[in-house]
Amino acid sequence: MSGGPKLNVRVAEVVKVNDLITRFRFVARDGGLLPAFSGGAHTVVEMDDNGTRRLNPYSLMSDPEDRTGYEISVRRDDAGRGGSLYMHRHVRPGMDMVLSHPVNLFPLDNRARKHLFIAGGIGITPFLAMTRQLARFGGRFELHYATRNPALCAYGDSLKAAHGDRVHLYFDEQGDTLPLADLLSRQPLGTHLYCCGPKGMLNWVRSAAATAGWATHAVHFEEFTAPATGAPFAVTLERSGKTLTVGSTQSLLEAMEAAGVDAPYLCRGGACGQCETDVVRCDGRIDHRDHWLTPEDMATNTKIMPCVSRFEGRTLVIDR
Amino acid sequence: MSLDVEYAFDEFFRDETFVDDFTYRNSPAAIRRFPFPFDRDDYMYSVNMEPHVPGRKGSVFEKTFDVDEHYVSEMRDRARILAKDPLRCQSLPHMTLAGWDLLELIMESKAREYPQWFSLTKNGDRWRWINRPLGIDHSFTFLDETTLPCGPMEYITRQTQGDFTLQDEREGTLWVDAGMVTTQADWSLDFDIGMNFHEWHAPVPLAHEKGIFDRALKFLLKLQHGAPVRRFNWTMTVNPLLDTAPETYPEWGYMRTTLNQENMGHMMHLRVELQALFRLPRSNAIAFSIRAYLGKFEELVTVPKWGRRLHRVVRDIHPDLAAYKGFLRNRDAMAEWLSSYDDGAPTSPGWWPED
Ligand code: HEM
Ligand code: FES
Repeated sequence: MSGGPKLNVRVAEVVKVNDLITRFRFVARDGGLLPAFSGGAHTVVEMDDNGTRRLNPYSLMSDPEDRTGYEISVRRDDAGRGGSLYMHRHVRPGMDMVLSHPVNLFPLDNRARKHLFIAGGIGITPFLAMTRQLARFGGRFELHYATRNPALCAYGDSLKAAHGDRVHLYFDEQGDTLPLADLLSRQPLGTHLYCCGPKGMLNWVRSAAATAGWATHAVHFEEFTAPATGAPFAVTLERSGKTLTVGSTQSLLEAMEAAGVDAPYLCRGGACGQCETDVVRCDGRIDHRDHWLTPEDMATNTKIMPCVSRFEGRTLVIDR
Repeated sequence: MSLDVEYAFDEFFRDETFVDDFTYRNSPAAIRRFPFPFDRDDYMYSVNMEPHVPGRKGSVFEKTFDVDEHYVSEMRDRARILAKDPLRCQSLPHMTLAGWDLLELIMESKAREYPQWFSLTKNGDRWRWINRPLGIDHSFTFLDETTLPCGPMEYITRQTQGDFTLQDEREGTLWVDAGMVTTQADWSLDFDIGMNFHEWHAPVPLAHEKGIFDRALKFLLKLQHGAPVRRFNWTMTVNPLLDTAPETYPEWGYMRTTLNQENMGHMMHLRVELQALFRLPRSNAIAFSIRAYLGKFEELVTVPKWGRRLHRVVRDIHPDLAAYKGFLRNRDAMAEWLSSYDDGAPTSPGWWPED
């Protein structure tokens, strides 16, 4: 199967964390243990939303060594495609669900002398697992976590309780800003920087790290983007001999799956490269939204990543 | 390091040597299950990878880590080599967690697949491991190195056939940052450690130009936990030497000059490596197992299909491959010996002996 091996789980707990965020705990349906994982890994959650199959990636936030269950936190996105709303509205304890095995596209560099974590909002989730993993093995880290206000600072208290002054919280509405330039200038040699948060924060950290002269191999970003909505478009799948319309809240990958075409994927967020597909003909503009293709591939419109990218124009024919 | 073992040879586990008097051989049953690597009459490099799922019953693909009649003797040979050259086993400091992942993978697999020989019982983090063929009964704390006589990778690979390397994934490539390598076909862990995928493959001819390593790496970076893959590699070895290392070349290199038509059948061995790749859960590293099987020419030709096919592959192989694999000088003599087992009849596709 294109998505790789699956885990059959049951929802054990649904906990409202704050106005926007709900936490879900999954346990193995057969009562056994789930695989251990590495901090930064995500799982792809399969949803059957009234006949529409949705597969959304979420970072695993629980203790990687706790094989009795996995936890994720989902932020409600009222303008999104519906995956987060489905999780918030329909997922209840006792429900059977299917998860992918953990996949890590945002791993710790275990050689680092020190790990510097920068989180914004729901971007805190991978760091919950990473800090637990490091605390267990005695790794050195510092976490800087920015949110709008204390009420939206999910897990701030428990992080403080567990890791004390290794955790720093910032609240935008109180005018606290994360002292990024200062932080980046006073790290010991061998420090690695990790950032997960909204796009604006990623860009800010990326340019600040470049300005401060950080080597690219020591700077890591959690890049996967949820597929965004867009205008519907038509696509022809040359090998399958099918022409489909991709709906406005559907990705090209989801449209292919709904048409019974077995297309490869792993992250469903434009980061892993697994879904890369050759473009046979393109009369129009591909809206490349992935982090995988090279700028040349994007400019020449010879490849597309169906998990996130869309199309505007007259004809798109792809090799699938 | 002190790992107390008591080698338990019996009717199944053969007491044999891989040096000096070379008493290694395959039983008739082991010949039938030999992983003959050629599924057609010719050979060239390719991205030959398939899911590592249980294969035919009795075959070397049936279990995650095949344990065969050579197990106990191979483990004794590994201990011998490590005593002489401890650098055959190395693990950079950041790879200890990957070592624990590997220990867990092997112990859980062996206990599940070979309950007659291995057992693992867990009480939280307190684990008890029993390895009957090596006489080991040991309790330790998972993820606590102080409770093992040596590092976790060394501990478990002293009890598992085949070489192992552990690759860290960084910067879009794999780095060989740990390994246990005592059964290698002329490459050196001590030389390669810390290199990346393209660096350690640099000596291989033709494959770079064909884009094989670019595609193989792209595939491996997406390897998922729970979905291991496997591939074959092969070479030729004179005498049943598991350890053909560059470090010991003076001890075995000259043996290649002693071949003739009379001794070819029992001295020349097809060396097949069954390689499997596993994504590890806690470290996100990739474990690579390289399990070497040695088959004497005279053993392999007892299967008529293999005799015919081996002759054709050796006769027609690209000289750069024969040179890289170290048998160019003997290639014609090998083909001559094998030719009397090739009547020119067609061979069936696939590698199984019977069909
Ligand atoms: C990540 C795990 C791997 C490791 C540690 C590894 C290591 C090695 C090493 C040490 C050599 C010998 C190079 C020398 O002459 O010094 C070699 C040869 C080679 N490797 Fe890999 N390799 C790996 C994966 C792969 C994969 C996935 C392929 C798939 C195409 C591959 C294809 C080859 C080939 C074709 C050769 C030449 C073998 C021969 O002709 O005897 N390797 N590898
Ligand atoms: S599935 Fe990962 S990039 Fe498309």
